[in-house]
Amino acid sequence: MEHFTLVFPSRPAPPQALQAAAALCGVVGSGNLEVLVEPGGASAAQDCCQLEVHTAAEGFRETWQAVLGEFCALHAAGGLSLLLNDVGATPAVVALRLAQAYEAWLAGPAAGAP
Amino acid sequence: MSARRSERLARIAHLRQGRHVQPDAMVEVLERLIEAGDRVCVEGNNQKQADWLSECLAHTDPQRVHGLHLVQSVLSLPEHLDIIERGQVERLDFSFSGPQAGRLARLLEGGQIRLGAIHTYLELFARYFVDLTPRVALVAAQLADREGNLYTGPNTEDTPAIVEATAFRDGIVIAQVNAVVDRLPRIDIPADWVHVVAPAPRPHHVEPLFTRDPALITEVQVLMAMIAIKGLYAEYGIRRLNHGIGFDTAAIELLLPTYAESLGLRGRICTHWALNPHPTLIPAIEAGFVESVHCFGSEVGMEAYVAARPDVFFLGGDGSLRSNRAFCQAAGHYACDLFIGSTLQIDLAGNSSTATRGRITGFGGAPNMGADARGRRHASAAWLRAGAEGRAPGAMPRGRKLVCQIVETFREHMQPTFVERLDAWDLAEAAGLDLPPVMIYGEDLTHLITEEGIAHLCRCTDDAEREQAIRAVAGFTPVGLARDAAAVASLRERGIVQRPEDLGIAPRDATRDWLAARSIKDLVRASGGRYQPPPQFRNW
Repeated sequence: MEHFTLVFPSRPAPPQALQAAAALCGVVGSGNLEVLVEPGGASAAQDCCQLEVHTAAEGFRETWQAVLGEFCALHAAGGLSLLLNDVGATPAVVALRLAQAYEAWLAGPAAGAP
Repeated sequence: MSARRSERLARIAHLRQGRHVQPDAMVEVLERLIEAGDRVCVEGNNQKQADWLSECLAHTDPQRVHGLHLVQSVLSLPEHLDIIERGQVERLDFSFSGPQAGRLARLLEGGQIRLGAIHTYLELFARYFVDLTPRVALVAAQLADREGNLYTGPNTEDTPAIVEATAFRDGIVIAQVNAVVDRLPRIDIPADWVHVVAPAPRPHHVEPLFTRDPALITEVQVLMAMIAIKGLYAEYGIRRLNHGIGFDTAAIELLLPTYAESLGLRGRICTHWALNPHPTLIPAIEAGFVESVHCFGSEVGMEAYVAARPDVFFLGGDGSLRSNRAFCQAAGHYACDLFIGSTLQIDLAGNSSTATRGRITGFGGAPNMGADARGRRHASAAWLRAGAEGRAPGAMPRGRKLVCQIVETFREHMQPTFVERLDAWDLAEAAGLDLPPVMIYGEDLTHLITEEGIAHLCRCTDDAEREQAIRAVAGFTPVGLARDAAAVASLRERGIVQRPEDLGIAPRDATRDWLAARSIKDLVRASGGRYQPPPQFRNW
């Protein structure tokens, strides 16, 4: 297992959505991952997104940097804190889950995770 | 000079009753009929295998049967390589080696055999009629009658091509059959072309190679299928096509009755196919998408379903499928507007290969499907459009086949699909091949689809632009991360590279809910209970 936390600049998340509760997406299973999105977190800054990664696949730090950096650049995720529990998902799956988790969080608790 | 057929058959006159021999005499029959230096074809491909005759050949006395030149589609059974290890084979011309790829590479690197060439199926069939005509062919059929007529049934596959070349050039055709009956359902090979028939102790093997369990299709594959349907099939109006074997194209098949239907594409795309009877095509057939399917081979468990759809499949008078690999390969090459399939590695020029270090897998049929048919002269809208794109003004107008590779940017264990240099180069060097084994050449590749989007390579005007278009969809692989952001932005602006959002596809919508069947059991249900999956695919 490898654990690390990364912080990337990101446009502030919509203020009304910051009132929303946490959203959970994906599953902890082989080749897959679980993403938890919630407001706040240690960074608390409105122009930064904090991502805490727990991954079974060791030695892919640079790839994580690229995938998570692009997510933060494309989405208004400032002020959010994301927790990722990964069991060897490919970058394609990670990017898809991040997008799904973010959308689910924006939509609020009624929408739920896809 | 080798003996004529009549002289050779005289040597087994005492073992033959009409065309029939006893199974326990087969090893002796082979020892008496085959001469040193003969070209021998043991029928087999990725589905049907003359496995019992292959075993008999491996039991012949190397003192009597040796110096053989194997000319056959597939080296996939252990026995195919046993006779090489026993020193009975001098030379080899083949097409595909599948499960024996590692062992074959070691034999070649050890200098135990001389390799003529690795062919495509169609190419090897062609050489049967020019300079690689088999002297002795060992083939597999389901049934024979007393006279020696053969019923090859749904798995007719390669048999007609092999038998025609051998029988009409003074060669000897030996058939193993599952049973001998008084009356055949239909005659696929006339007795006059067959010289020795024997019932095998067990039915010949057939591999269910084209069965893909929908339960294993991922959301990323659903996303790529959506990109393919909207960005390629709908864009070009592709009606005649061939699909590869993987889960990526199985996902497309399962999205036809749902996603493609929602886009109003029924009757406008995917109406005519050169394709094995894929179980995952059942929902599209039942939804009225499909007008016609011609098959290379059959698929285990699909017999009753196929027989119930004479409006779609090519059936004999007995009601069962007649497949024919040679004709279907020709159909896929000349009469289809699109080939789409997966691969293991793609380089910066778009060359793709399934060769990896230490394994010689060969080609099979993909290079003939995934290549522009330069002899084609009839037009279709999709073919004309692909030909016009990227062509210099004033150049002679011509059409072009659409050839698409659909891949995830990373394979399992984080192996990048996109590489600077194909493993094929190292393999060619180690095994002494004339050329790196490339499955589809970059110059034939018109489209590339990944989870990152679609690259319309045929719209690029030069090699530099092409390379950036490939990098653009290569995601987070080292090849992708080295892309030129400005060049990619320009390619996107001009519609040469399209992200899912450029096509109006939201990744969050890429869920398994789109799959018209989500399990093998769903496929059985969609077939009205006619599809009978093989035991290894039954989990209920």
